[in-house]
Amino acid sequence: MSKSDLHGRKVICHDMCLRDGMHAKKEQITTDQMRTFAEAMEHAGVPMIQVTHGAGLGGNSLQHGFALHSNEEYWDAVAPVLNNTVMSVLLIPGLGTMDELRVAHAHGVRSVHIATHSTEADTSPQHIACGRELGMDTSGFLMMAHLNTASGLAEEAKKMESYGAQTVYVTDSAGYMLPEDVTEYVAALRDTLDAGTEIGFHGHNNLGMGIANSIAAVRAGASRIDCSVAGLGAGAGNTPLEAFVAVCDRMGIETGCDMFALMDMAEELVFPMMDHIVRIDRSSLTLGYAGVYSTFLLHANRLGEKYGIPPRDILLELGRKKMIGGQEDMIEDTALSMLRDREGQSAA
Amino acid sequence: MSKVKCVLIGSGNIGTDLLYKLKRSEVLDPVWMVGIDPESEGLARARDMGLKTTAAGVDGVLPHLVADGIQIAFDATSAYVHKENSEKMNAHGVFMVDLTPAAIGPLCVPPVNLDELAETMNVNMISCAGQATIPIVYGVSRVQGVEYAEIIASLASLSIGAGTRANLDEFTYTTSDAVCAIGGAKKGKALCIINPAEPPMIMRNTIYCMTEEAPNEAKITASLMEMIEKVQHYVPGYRLVNGPVFEGNKVGVFMEVAGLGDYLPTYAGNLDIMTAAAARTAEMYAEKILSGELKLVAEAV
Repeated sequence: MSKSDLHGRKVICHDMCLRDGMHAKKEQITTDQMRTFAEAMEHAGVPMIQVTHGAGLGGNSLQHGFALHSNEEYWDAVAPVLNNTVMSVLLIPGLGTMDELRVAHAHGVRSVHIATHSTEADTSPQHIACGRELGMDTSGFLMMAHLNTASGLAEEAKKMESYGAQTVYVTDSAGYMLPEDVTEYVAALRDTLDAGTEIGFHGHNNLGMGIANSIAAVRAGASRIDCSVAGLGAGAGNTPLEAFVAVCDRMGIETGCDMFALMDMAEELVFPMMDHIVRIDRSSLTLGYAGVYSTFLLHANRLGEKYGIPPRDILLELGRKKMIGGQEDMIEDTALSMLRDREGQSAA
Repeated sequence: MSKVKCVLIGSGNIGTDLLYKLKRSEVLDPVWMVGIDPESEGLARARDMGLKTTAAGVDGVLPHLVADGIQIAFDATSAYVHKENSEKMNAHGVFMVDLTPAAIGPLCVPPVNLDELAETMNVNMISCAGQATIPIVYGVSRVQGVEYAEIIASLASLSIGAGTRANLDEFTYTTSDAVCAIGGAKKGKALCIINPAEPPMIMRNTIYCMTEEAPNEAKITASLMEMIEKVQHYVPGYRLVNGPVFEGNKVGVFMEVAGLGDYLPTYAGNLDIMTAAAARTAEMYAEKILSGELKLVAEAV
């Protein structure tokens, strides 16, 4: 077989299993599990790992669930076992605050994803500037990228760059994008942003496209890829890190990660602690098909059972109503409205 | 009936929507609008509606306050400049209604505490989310103790101006503080989501209260219905969509707020509930000024 055109490219893998993975565990990962996972990833040479509540700073709430421990407890459990691996957090303005980012920094966090919906970058300038003032590696994170056009997303990315973001992410929160979409979006950002600004891609595997999309992103100019060991994450999970590293090894893309150590970790540590096997099932596939925020999955499953409505129907309705990340309250609201409509129909 | 003359500071979404509300008031007369951009559409609209305008900021109107008999100011700029604006207005004997999240004066949610506000020269309207959700939190907490209340406001992207976008942290802090101070919850949290869907979504608010004891469902439901009716007196589009849903000690209430469509279309109920509450609050003070009960005193200026 011929040598890949990407041979020699360098990519920073950023693991999400201790943040996005919190969604898949209903925020119930223990500090011991966090420390064990972090140790294994440090050992496997993973350069960056994200550690917080699934919804990031400020996430502990009725809306997003209460984690087993505070973020401070998680960071304090993880920080001592890290040497080369950098610990990061997620901050969504409107939920998390700059005060919480300062606390994170005091507990050893050195990188941050500042996240907004794909059209709302201008809610992030204070928070991006705050990350930079703290000396943190600061990324802008444009969620639900498929709900903007490629050129529109590039404009939002340019705003984040102007606020000080060193990296801007194309974030496929719904696992809806196909490789050709990723190519188009990442290329649009690459054309628009300064050469010194990095581009990241964060995928979900709802359509089984996690790895293909991540490779398409690298080919179009991305140098940071969010993954998760064993894919532990919302929906059908993130791009599985061990498999992504295997593909990169084959293509000669340099990640610096130890593929065998990661596949051992996936098999021995991550799969045994899953409450449900994170996979493409009918609900998570519906997310990817209809373009719905991956975190809605478990809420829709629970409320579907409570109100006797198929979760798939609820998810499709949420997609139709164009609900976005952070609107988890609208899942119950939608289920209640659907229930009323259905009862009205059966009575009539 | 004579009216109390007012100045509006800020010519963005909130200031412009407020102008329409004040134009209909029987006791308030908007005379000036202050902006910082000579090209501002808001200032042009205000001029068309017969107001005097300045693009020189608050300092541009200070020399005219006494001559034009201005007694009430509304600040719809940003939390960062509010304190200075308020001090300048107060020094001229002008009462300040604060629509930014600065919250340096007492907090006001009209159906909850308008009648109990202490003597002050500055009153704060919290935030649109606060105005839309605190009546509900109070509706539960006046029945029984609320250990924790959480509110989630979803707002249409087109209805959120630059000021609010640059003040999201202040928005969440001020709102969560008020959920406790005025809503009566022991602890509070506020979340805000901006949704760009087309056509724009109507402002939605979800309120969760965790009661200390098992919730008295009948009493809470009755109390909530009464509070909703009170808000509907000044915001007719304030509506219960679903709930109250009782799950253990959790009470969930799902509201929407449709606006009157004065400035932005009806989806922007967040503008209406804020400006209608500010107008109602100012009217109460205007009545006191007109009756002589409230005497505004200028410092030596």
